[in-house]
Amino acid sequence: MQQDLQNSDCIVIEGSNMAECHPVGFQWVMEAKARGATVIHVDPRYTRTSALADLHVPLRAGSDIAFLGGIINYTLSNDKDFREYVASYTNAATLINEDFADTEDLDGLFSGFNPEERSYDPHTWQYRGTEIQAASGQRDELYEDRQQMSSVRHSGRGEAHGSGGAHVGTPELDPTLQHPRCVFQILKRHYARYTPELVEQVCGVPRDTFRRVCELITSNSGRDRTTAFVYSVGWTQHTVGVQYIRTAAVLQALLGNIGRPGGGIMALRGHASIQGSTDIPTLFNLLPGYIPMPHAHANEDLDAFVAAEGTDKGYWGDMRAYLVSLLKAYWGPAATPENDFCFDYLPRLTGSHSTYETVMAQLAGDCKGYFLLGENPAVGSANGKLQRLGLAALDWLVVRDFSLIESATFWQDGPEIDSGELRTEDIGTEVFFMPAAAHTEKSGSFTNTQRLLQWHHMAVEPAGDARSELWFMYHLGRKLREKLAGSADPMDRPLLDLTWDYPTFGETAEPEAEAVLAEINGFDGNGDPLASYEQLNEDGSTACGCWIYCGVYADGTNQASRRKPAKEQNWIANEWGWAWPANRRILYNRASADPDGKPWSERKALVWWDEQQALWTGHDIADFTADKSPHYRPPDGATKAEALSGIDPFVMQADGKAWLYVPSGLLDGPLPTHYEPQDSPFPNLLYKQQRNPVRQVDPFKHPNNRMHPSPGQPGSDVFPYVATTYRLTEHHTAGGMSRWVPYLAELQPDFFCEVSPELAAERGLDHLGWATIATARNVIEARVLVTSRITPLTVQGRTLHQVGIPYHWGWTGYSTGDPANDLAGISLDPNSHIQETKAFACDIRPGRRPTGPDRPALVLEYQRRAGITEQTGTEI
Amino acid sequence: MSQSDVTREGLRGKRPDRDATTGVNLPRRWRGKHRAERPVVPPAEFTSYYGKPIINSPVWESPDIPGYLFLGGLAGGCSLLAAGSDLTGRGVLARVTKSGAFAAGALSVVALVHDLGRPGRFLNMMRVFKVTSPMSVGSWLLGGYVPAAGVAAASALTGRARWAGAAATAGAALLAPGVASYTAALISDTAVPAWHDAYPEMPFKFTGSGMMAAGGLGLLTRLLPGAGPGETEPARNLALIGWAMESAAMERMQHRIGLSAEPYSEGRGGRYVKAGKVLGALGAAGAALSGRSRIAAAAGGAALLAASAATRWGIFHAGLASAGDPKYTVVPQRQRLNERARANGAADGQDRA
Amino acid sequence: MSANGERAVTWLPEIRTRGLRSALSGPALSGGADPADLSGYPDHPPRMGFFTDTSVCIGCKACEVACKEWNHVPEDGLNLLGMSYDNTGGLGADTWRHVAFIEQRKPVAMQDAGVSHAGVALPPDGSGTPPEQAAMTPTTPGGPADQLRWLMASDVCKHCTHAACLDVCPTGALIRTEFGTVVVQEDVCNGCGYCIPACPYGVIDQRKGDGRAWKCTLCYDRISDGMEPACAKACPTNSIQFGPLDELRERADRRVTELLAAGVADAQLYGRDPGDGVGGDGAFFLLLDEPEVYGLPPDPVVTTRDLPSMWRHVGAAAAVMAGGAVAAFAATIFGGRR
Repeated sequence: MQQDLQNSDCIVIEGSNMAECHPVGFQWVMEAKARGATVIHVDPRYTRTSALADLHVPLRAGSDIAFLGGIINYTLSNDKDFREYVASYTNAATLINEDFADTEDLDGLFSGFNPEERSYDPHTWQYRGTEIQAASGQRDELYEDRQQMSSVRHSGRGEAHGSGGAHVGTPELDPTLQHPRCVFQILKRHYARYTPELVEQVCGVPRDTFRRVCELITSNSGRDRTTAFVYSVGWTQHTVGVQYIRTAAVLQALLGNIGRPGGGIMALRGHASIQGSTDIPTLFNLLPGYIPMPHAHANEDLDAFVAAEGTDKGYWGDMRAYLVSLLKAYWGPAATPENDFCFDYLPRLTGSHSTYETVMAQLAGDCKGYFLLGENPAVGSANGKLQRLGLAALDWLVVRDFSLIESATFWQDGPEIDSGELRTEDIGTEVFFMPAAAHTEKSGSFTNTQRLLQWHHMAVEPAGDARSELWFMYHLGRKLREKLAGSADPMDRPLLDLTWDYPTFGETAEPEAEAVLAEINGFDGNGDPLASYEQLNEDGSTACGCWIYCGVYADGTNQASRRKPAKEQNWIANEWGWAWPANRRILYNRASADPDGKPWSERKALVWWDEQQALWTGHDIADFTADKSPHYRPPDGATKAEALSGIDPFVMQADGKAWLYVPSGLLDGPLPTHYEPQDSPFPNLLYKQQRNPVRQVDPFKHPNNRMHPSPGQPGSDVFPYVATTYRLTEHHTAGGMSRWVPYLAELQPDFFCEVSPELAAERGLDHLGWATIATARNVIEARVLVTSRITPLTVQGRTLHQVGIPYHWGWTGYSTGDPANDLAGISLDPNSHIQETKAFACDIRPGRRPTGPDRPALVLEYQRRAGITEQTGTEI
Repeated sequence: MSQSDVTREGLRGKRPDRDATTGVNLPRRWRGKHRAERPVVPPAEFTSYYGKPIINSPVWESPDIPGYLFLGGLAGGCSLLAAGSDLTGRGVLARVTKSGAFAAGALSVVALVHDLGRPGRFLNMMRVFKVTSPMSVGSWLLGGYVPAAGVAAASALTGRARWAGAAATAGAALLAPGVASYTAALISDTAVPAWHDAYPEMPFKFTGSGMMAAGGLGLLTRLLPGAGPGETEPARNLALIGWAMESAAMERMQHRIGLSAEPYSEGRGGRYVKAGKVLGALGAAGAALSGRSRIAAAAGGAALLAASAATRWGIFHAGLASAGDPKYTVVPQRQRLNERARANGAADGQDRA
Repeated sequence: MSANGERAVTWLPEIRTRGLRSALSGPALSGGADPADLSGYPDHPPRMGFFTDTSVCIGCKACEVACKEWNHVPEDGLNLLGMSYDNTGGLGADTWRHVAFIEQRKPVAMQDAGVSHAGVALPPDGSGTPPEQAAMTPTTPGGPADQLRWLMASDVCKHCTHAACLDVCPTGALIRTEFGTVVVQEDVCNGCGYCIPACPYGVIDQRKGDGRAWKCTLCYDRISDGMEPACAKACPTNSIQFGPLDELRERADRRVTELLAAGVADAQLYGRDPGDGVGGDGAFFLLLDEPEVYGLPPDPVVTTRDLPSMWRHVGAAAAVMAGGAVAAFAATIFGGRR
């Protein structure tokens, strides 16, 4: 929770440029500084965040796991961990299968790797004596074990927050943490080689500086002090992005910084309601509330699904109630126990259908129509050229935005038109542009960073033909249903049976946003609003559009629109807006108290057990069963929430513990391991395995998505520098909301790149002059800012120069420039399917790029010089 | 470590203001290292913000404003000659100078109005009278002077309304010194270093320049029939007095104000000033010889007029130059501060340049 | 003439008092004097102003945008200036808030920037070098190659106690409000441009194509309704603080003492001293380096301080001129040649 940063003793901002990209939230970092907190900024560039930090640590883009792993090693080898917390609240004591093999044993691979499928079989990763389901991610992995049925290819499960729970038996523990097979010892061995010397070699961070960071973090963690981590897409946009964040989670759990005031890991979301778009997802593999989307298993019915994806223990034990209530919200009366509550109406996954796979499907002609709602992939997504070629292969395209963004005009003025690779008359895509209403022109909720729902009311009617997304979706559905009315085709039932009856108002027939919120919150049998997800039933007597949002419309009042001023309540501000789950602001906050329920420290009290009232009380709402005593131990055979003991703070986890080690749920291993980025000028110093072996790169082989040679291979020196993309305060993502706004455009009027004076001298770049930046995908041009804020690093004994490239620009709008994402290749994190745009090798030369056919010619020239083929860089 | 605690009762030790400080919340033992590293920045000549000027340059344009300065002086001088000529019965000189006074005065108003961003609102000048604004004072002065000069000229040229003409001539002559000199206060009353720092001499330069110009115009009457040396003798005298005064004031100013005077001897402004000096000397010589030769008189008169104009253009451009370069603003102010600091005896944190 | 020139009524008495006072005695540089008092407001609210604490500025430029949005200040073109992240350049008719960015080889207290640029030659004039003449973003030289600090500061009209722009305005378009701030009446200004070179800070300027002079109003319309100015409202870190000037000065004094004690050696208040050349600024600053580094004059003086002396010199020169004329004729009489 951002305003809880004010209670931190130390704040580490890494993989984020908080002051520039979240300036309003940054006020809480300033508040913490004012009270004496130390602020550390770890980032390749000295940014406006660094300017306000006590310590700026420049590191090589794409080396954060080595850096954080080094801190873990320092913590463990110097006994700096918060042992009592670790022993009680993490799975450190849990024993792991004998046949699990670590990357230390297999030189960069975990046991269970299948080279043909480029995937892991996670069975060997399991807890000994049990088989545990994940609290997040890939819960279909174990489907076959749980249902003797035929399997289909796994799909990614991006941010799925799945069910967790042991099916048989309970895990074996060694409370002394000495057993060689216990998580704690495995962790120690795994990071033993992540020494300050290695960090210096891999990250380019001098060992003394690194030791300072270690000292600051560990001395500001433990019983009486807390350190917070802040990250953004600087961590997520890598082929090992999920594991970046996992590394921080492991460290924070070891230091006892989770669930406590001033602690935690602050995930700053990229823009408005991105959190909301995963809660009530725009993702292909999730249903609302992180219920997984079913796979196309033969004859999978509701029971089979819940049995496979659900669990016995923890709050996911009630998945059936959550899912049935969702189906009732979707299909109302049509959903009956007899027809499995229309479970079969749900689409089934036949594989991964992430945005990048969709681009390949467009190119293959499988995907014929596309909706773009507030998205500008022609500029904002990796490998803009491939994106544009995909759009050009569509039959129809609907673009809803404020202005004619590049994704709506590529067919007449795109770079490929200029280069002759596309001809307008050959493009068959029929483009429908629909002006969108701004947030001030519609009512609705934002769910932002910290899971906080805040309601915004329509201030003015949208101008002209502009309409809200809600209007568009509702009336599109209404019209489709009218067209299908009376159809006997069972295929049309899911659409015709939908409860599609929202009240509308005004000349434009704008749907009542609060009616949708009420449906998301849910109703009981009498149609009265529900107050908590604990009221949801499996028998279809309740309807709820998103179980984690249940309570946002409690008492029939819009809790998200609460606006009680900060002065009138404590810093937790439980009466400002509404946060899921159950308006709890700091997750797992039971961990702020010791096993007996007393605050670990009287200067870090958040929630505690009140013996008199026999209740959990405190500043925040306890993220725990309110009346479950710390001394409660579950009886044998207990299930669901009852199966969690009074010392299991991590209530969404099957075992109620923080997972230092992830036995299942991740596609790329139970422990974060340093791999080099897809396109890296450096070999992996730690293992023979260069890159994440299960990264998604194979499905994206395409002449316009070539990868760079591995270090040491001939031609690998053609791209000697490391580029990283980023945002500026003055602009917004792909520019649709800023490049057309003169007041913003004039503040950063030109696309530029930032380089060090040393690189400028090496390549003959002039301040304010032009530079051409090249990768195997494309070449772009940018004005040059030569600045001391970019510093050369010494990595593996040689000087590394990094190039900073903001990605806001495109060729239309008031302020124009080349899209930085045209340089990025498509290679994805296997868990989240997020592209690697925060670290890739490149070349830079003075002068403007060629135009017309000479532009692709220059790209081919680079590919030839680097000896790049279809196979290059795609090896395991 | 944070100074505030999250107690069971709530936050303790919060800060009233959000006074964050960077670079201090670090272990004391690191301090030594950094203290040693604290840089001693060598005193540069002067520093500025990317070489950008500190003050905004006047938006006044040439020829409007330098012309306005020149014409005001000319008019003032002419009205004085005109009055004297009436008293001493110099009809030709009187007619010429009365016409000159009105033409110059009227033209100066035209130039002023033309330079306004909103000429249509010229009359707003008359909404108030502000002694703090030389332009306001000047507007009222011209408001009285130009009509008077007009009546004087009309009467002289038509031979009608002699009493009114005489009264108007007297009135114009009374206002004339003000008309010729207030523009000095006008440009000095700015933050433009070359103008402001020169304020003690500027009025004498301006009146001298005005006398010089009017005298020059007077000498030109030698070209008219019936104008002998005696007719233009007062003009010659006035021109010589004005020239001497203008040159002396310029010399004194350039020696007194140091760096701020640089633009008067460099660049565009410097070239105009030099030209003014040369023309002035030639004009003075011509005036001195005007008794003997009407050619010399005419040439001298023309040179004196040109000299006066050149000086005004020089002063104008010198001002723009001194506004456009931050050093003219920063260096003298920094010196002032350092002297003050030295006077206070202590390095009070100011004395670092 | 503007449609409602009669708003003039509200300021006419004010100008008179202010005007005569300066004329007879020169501006009261004693300081302390409340400009609203000097301007003859019988009873008025406390003097309001800005304290801009640049040590907590994050350079987000929200103040620039909020100001332009609220006051409908025109956008003034796309120019990549190469002055670090400053693409605005400076205050003017179309920029009433300006955020300066300066990169320096100096630490803030013990801050460790982590950079290293040994052997990189910096331009001798450092951050005073025009970018087009520099091979890199101009950076103040002299410090160690492993130190860097990035100064950010939001500049604005100073609303001087003794405001030259107001003094020299011949039309009375510039007025002193009851809050002690200085505002241009756009329906009165005739664009004579006198206020522009009169301002010692280079704040007020003429809008091209419009002809009139424009500058910060300290959101006269907002504060009249009890709201804070748009820039202060938008500032996420309280770098821009708005309030009664007396309170702001106390807070600033506390703050600078605290910073100096903490080892931020260059910290200094600018425009806070009522004894300075403009009688103190209504909008003053906490800077981390000398004013000129930020493009501010180190020792500004209101030009009208010298106006009484100027008038005396003008009077003398006028008298000499009259005398010269008399002499010119006298010489012809006593010179006797006829």
